[in-house]
Amino acid sequence: MGGSTSSYVPTSRWGKWLDERLPIARLMNDSFVDFPTPRNLNYLWTFGGILTVCLIAQIATGVVLAMHYQPSDAAAFNSIEHIRRDVNYGWMLRNLHAVGASMFFFAVFIHIFRGFYYGSYKAPREVLWILGVIILLLMMATAFMGYTLPWGQMSFWGVTVITNLFSALDTIYNGLGTAVVEWLWGGYSVSGVTLNRFFALHYLLPFVLTGVVGLHIWALHVAGQNNPTGLDIKQPSDSVPMHPYATAKDAVGIFAFLILFAWFAFFLPDYLGHADNYVEANPLVTPPHIVPEWYFLPFYAILRAFTSSFLGIPLGQYAKLCGVIAMFSAVIIIAFAPWLDTSRVRSAKYRPIFKWFFWFFVFTCVALGYLGSKPAEGVYVTAAQIFTVCYFLFFLVVMPVVGLIETPKLLPRSITDDVLSKGGAAGLPSGATAAPEAR
Amino acid sequence: MKKRFSLTLMSLFAATVAIGSVSAEEAGHSEIERQKWTFGGFTGQFDKAQLQRGFQVYKEVCSNCHGLKRIAFRNLMQPGGPEFPEDAVKALAAAWPNQITDGPNDEGKMFERPALLSDPIRGPYHNDKEARAAQNGALPPDLSLIAKARDSHRDPSWWVHPFLMLGDIVNAYQEGGANYVYALLTGYSEAPADFKMMDGQYYNKAFAGHQVGMPPPLTDGAVPYQDGTPPTVDNYARDIVAFLSWAADPSLDQRKRIGWQVLLFLIVTTTLLYLGKKRIWANIKH
Repeated sequence: MGGSTSSYVPTSRWGKWLDERLPIARLMNDSFVDFPTPRNLNYLWTFGGILTVCLIAQIATGVVLAMHYQPSDAAAFNSIEHIRRDVNYGWMLRNLHAVGASMFFFAVFIHIFRGFYYGSYKAPREVLWILGVIILLLMMATAFMGYTLPWGQMSFWGVTVITNLFSALDTIYNGLGTAVVEWLWGGYSVSGVTLNRFFALHYLLPFVLTGVVGLHIWALHVAGQNNPTGLDIKQPSDSVPMHPYATAKDAVGIFAFLILFAWFAFFLPDYLGHADNYVEANPLVTPPHIVPEWYFLPFYAILRAFTSSFLGIPLGQYAKLCGVIAMFSAVIIIAFAPWLDTSRVRSAKYRPIFKWFFWFFVFTCVALGYLGSKPAEGVYVTAAQIFTVCYFLFFLVVMPVVGLIETPKLLPRSITDDVLSKGGAAGLPSGATAAPEAR
Repeated sequence: MKKRFSLTLMSLFAATVAIGSVSAEEAGHSEIERQKWTFGGFTGQFDKAQLQRGFQVYKEVCSNCHGLKRIAFRNLMQPGGPEFPEDAVKALAAAWPNQITDGPNDEGKMFERPALLSDPIRGPYHNDKEARAAQNGALPPDLSLIAKARDSHRDPSWWVHPFLMLGDIVNAYQEGGANYVYALLTGYSEAPADFKMMDGQYYNKAFAGHQVGMPPPLTDGAVPYQDGTPPTVDNYARDIVAFLSWAADPSLDQRKRIGWQVLLFLIVTTTLLYLGKKRIWANIKH
């Protein structure tokens, strides 16, 4: 994974023997010990490590929970209560796993916004970025199926609403959508069969996810980490070895994050959930408001923004299809960021116009999240439509156009220069002289 | 820069705590009011005496219609609950009017037998259909999870929303269900003159639609308390809600106790790691 020069020297005979046969210690050394890390990384760069911890924690708690869980429509809800009440420390495992999903998404959203702000998606990190989007999709699928498992009212009706989305395909080819939906359900409605297969997939996908995370880290170690200046490592003084420097910082970030995690897991375990999920699934009673978990709310808002008309444009029978396409596009479009953004400057620190648009994009996502939690009526729909447009404009207009018209600030010559000028010289000259790099 | 950031953070924190407490007082008449609970917030624990009184209310009032199937008699003895003595619980189980259907016996017949410590606390009906038949079509829900399966919603303006949310997170507010059940139990009154009531329904300001099938269950003095607590509807409601909150979350006491130990460990470790990190980076400008 690392560079061609390795600093690994086996210290024992056994180490030397193994190194000649399977250089795994060398790989670890070159990837996580002696790997050159930009010296100017801030705490936002600890989220990679935080996410690794989240993934491991989810798998560890999940495997144990699976030992006590029963994936059938008759037993699922009861087995969750059995875990909460009768399994030793079952309440803790279950809280850690349920809250862990939320923490995982919270961390991944920060990780992605970090990428947007510092331009981490730009060459040569496009593949790294696309792998990240695939990870996000896998996380969403896993979380969605995991939320089905408690088999409460919100589980049941959430699945019903979301799987029903595919019936929109009927408007393209009559019968196609219905066929897909019945295939997903394993029947003519959401039932124990659906629950059973979702459990199987919920157990499988995290391991697929782990594989893609491996590729993500591999790609990261080929391209090297981005950093707040967005500059490449140009000289030895720009970087420090990963261990002990980055590892020490990661450890602080991870443990600080665990404080937040523990706060929710031990004092607010149900805050991020929904009361209706403490009522066993009942196909005959629909809850008044069906809402997904908070991390899906922005996408849910985009989905529901497409009512019979969208900002005055009549959609008619295609409303649902448009909503579904928009919702999936909202995730997929992230993968195209490397080619949509025309600026050669990576970090928004040196992009005076883009910076504002970035923060407006964050606001857009939060606003969509808020609107997703509200009933789809009146002013909420109009607002969701406007913010949906804003969301896509960020990718389709802001990214290409701002890169062309913006005059970036003067970039420091190197990471070292940037770091050493901090607090010393009275700031960097900015503006006029900074011709954008040749395109 | 760093100082300014932490200052902003601190004032934001203070503001949310303040808003959190103000909004609780300002809660309008139609909204569910927030009550003070011994088990509320991040330090709250159940009050054993209150849980015992609450169980008494359940036994003498609620259990006439409602089951508590996820609580076994033995749970009434366990730490963090009402902690009744074993003998008392054994006697209680043996005398519980709603017996356990067991079997089949050697003749192949199902039979009813008195409950044991390991049996769930059954309500009077064997199934939902029997319950509906006896209750004029209404179904008295099992109460084991009711304190978690209900919530009290607020509908603040969008700009207040994030602050209220942050306030709830900082204060570890999880008692929406308890507040709702309390409001329901104390929310009965005469229907307003212009309100059309359906037959067999009762007016209740907390219930969605204001018409509930459950007759007002509590009246002053109905349950004789032994410990000198005034036998009022308000106290009954508070005690039964505390008991039902325990039934829905029997590990609450332990959860919070362990939570503090975990937090303490994490805060100390984070501090040590931070000091270590500072030392490691001491000679490297970054």
